[in-house]
Amino acid sequence: MDNDNYVCTGCALLCDDIDVGLENGKVAKVHTACRKGFAFMKGCSNPLECTVDGKKTDVDSAIREAAEILRNAERPLIFGHANSSSGAQKRAIGIARKINGYIDDTSSFCQGPMVEAILEGKLKTCTLDDVRHKADVIVYWGADPANSHPRHMSRYSYFPRGKERQRGWEEDRTAICIDVRKSDTAEICGESGLYQIPVKGDVEFMDALVSALSGKIPKTSYDFDKKRLLELASILKKAKFGVIFAGLGMVYALDDREPLYRLMDKLNSVSNFHLIPMAGHYNMRGFNQILFEETGYINRVKFNGAEILHGPEYSVVEALRKKAVDAALVIGADPLTSLPRSVVRHLEEIPLITIDPCQTLTSVKAKVTIPCALVGVESGGTAVRMDGVEIGLKQIVETDRLSDEEVMIRISEAL
Amino acid sequence: MASVMEIYQLLPKTNCKECGKSTCMAFAVDLLSRKLKVEDCLPLVREGKYKASYEKLSGMVTPVEDVTETGLIVHADKCIGCGNCVVACPVNVAADPMGAGSGKAPTCDRVILKVEDGVVKAANVQECRRFGENKILCVACIDTCPTKAIEFV
Ligand code: SF4
Ligand code: SF4
Ligand code: SF4
Repeated sequence: MDNDNYVCTGCALLCDDIDVGLENGKVAKVHTACRKGFAFMKGCSNPLECTVDGKKTDVDSAIREAAEILRNAERPLIFGHANSSSGAQKRAIGIARKINGYIDDTSSFCQGPMVEAILEGKLKTCTLDDVRHKADVIVYWGADPANSHPRHMSRYSYFPRGKERQRGWEEDRTAICIDVRKSDTAEICGESGLYQIPVKGDVEFMDALVSALSGKIPKTSYDFDKKRLLELASILKKAKFGVIFAGLGMVYALDDREPLYRLMDKLNSVSNFHLIPMAGHYNMRGFNQILFEETGYINRVKFNGAEILHGPEYSVVEALRKKAVDAALVIGADPLTSLPRSVVRHLEEIPLITIDPCQTLTSVKAKVTIPCALVGVESGGTAVRMDGVEIGLKQIVETDRLSDEEVMIRISEAL
Repeated sequence: MASVMEIYQLLPKTNCKECGKSTCMAFAVDLLSRKLKVEDCLPLVREGKYKASYEKLSGMVTPVEDVTETGLIVHADKCIGCGNCVVACPVNVAADPMGAGSGKAPTCDRVILKVEDGVVKAANVQECRRFGENKILCVACIDTCPTKAIEFV
């Protein structure tokens, strides 16, 4: 990383070429970050207050109250983590272990399956830098980086020049979009680059591609143009360095990963293909990696003494739906925004602690709210990019708020 | 980007000359290049029967504060700061191959396009390939923009 620059924590691209101008100790000017990153770095319009039962209080009292809730709970849940520094994530896992709690993160209903397959070595992957330097065939599958990760195509995947891609995107790279709709990303890939499939048509499309790559006639129940499928297969076959960016569209369309494994195996027997999951929040993958190192699982864990339990019943969705937990600490996520009402209703019925820089729908319902610094702006640390590369984050401005890691350390000590 | 014909179709087509132009077609040409604004067509604003056309035209030909000397306009409200145009612009690539051309923050001040506060800013527009003696119809920044935020008039 270039030492003069800052890192944007607006999404899991963790762009590390950001420069800022300060005015009165605040970020005033931001160079090179996209609109989304700029808004993120400017900070929240509604900073979170330190409260217990809706009344303002000091951090010490709030931390004491939070520890009290966790200590008294029999089956506490610690959830969130996708927008937390790696340091805070490690502490959160430590706390869950100490109090025999459930621990889960947003990957549980998001990119979890892909990250898991990669960490278990079941899918070949590469870094975004490899993509920039080498990739000649780029497939966005159920992904729309133009909206979710605005600088994805310009920084790494399509437009930039790289060591083995010196002639620019028109000559050196082919971008392909496989999606159920004509997204903004599809617009950039153009008419010939878009393969529009019906909703949930992904599995059949994968199998049809495997057929086409094996020289058989590719059939789909929705009668996808066979000529185009064969053309696509031939593009993929000729790739020197191919990459598939797996978006949520693909994840949600797969009931299990077998069809994807079949396709990747086939692709790698005839050419050279890698897969990178389009993790959204800036450190979701970091949480998955840390928990995996400590427990062998990427999410959905319950500690029980020395025993580590894992399974769908320990996911945030099931634990809340079945009302299995009796207290919750939410850090670096806003489940009341991201999960259906029928699932999160239980959060309003149990003692809830939220730790966040900003007010959220979840924090409004919390018994204890503890503000923390905005990671990447008001505090440093590390985070893991969508491709698994660890990135060092730097503090840009001073704050009197504790960092997210410090808050977790203090709660852990108070327990 | 709107065409002259599309604009013309929405005008009163009476050649009334109230705008100072001899024909509605001439007005359409000047409107497209932003020499005039929609409101300069007085009947359009005044007469109720043109209301729908007036609204449509206003949306189509958005006013711009600063049309650069090469006619490049960035619609800041549409731009999402993705940087595609920054990285794709051949002038940027030539001036700054290891910075802008490689997807990273521009490292030299001869680039035309760069992102500031989340939105593209144009500078050095006289370097644009569409300008000067050997001008060519470069479309790199237009074609790579996901939101059609760049326009030339
Ligand atoms: S693409 Fe993501 S990390 Fe990069 S500047 Fe935009 S929000 Fe920040
Ligand atoms: S028209 Fe070409 S040279 Fe001019 S700004 Fe756009 S990309 Fe750059
Ligand atoms: S390509 Fe379009 S949206 Fe992206 S930075 Fe350029 S003008 Fe803005």
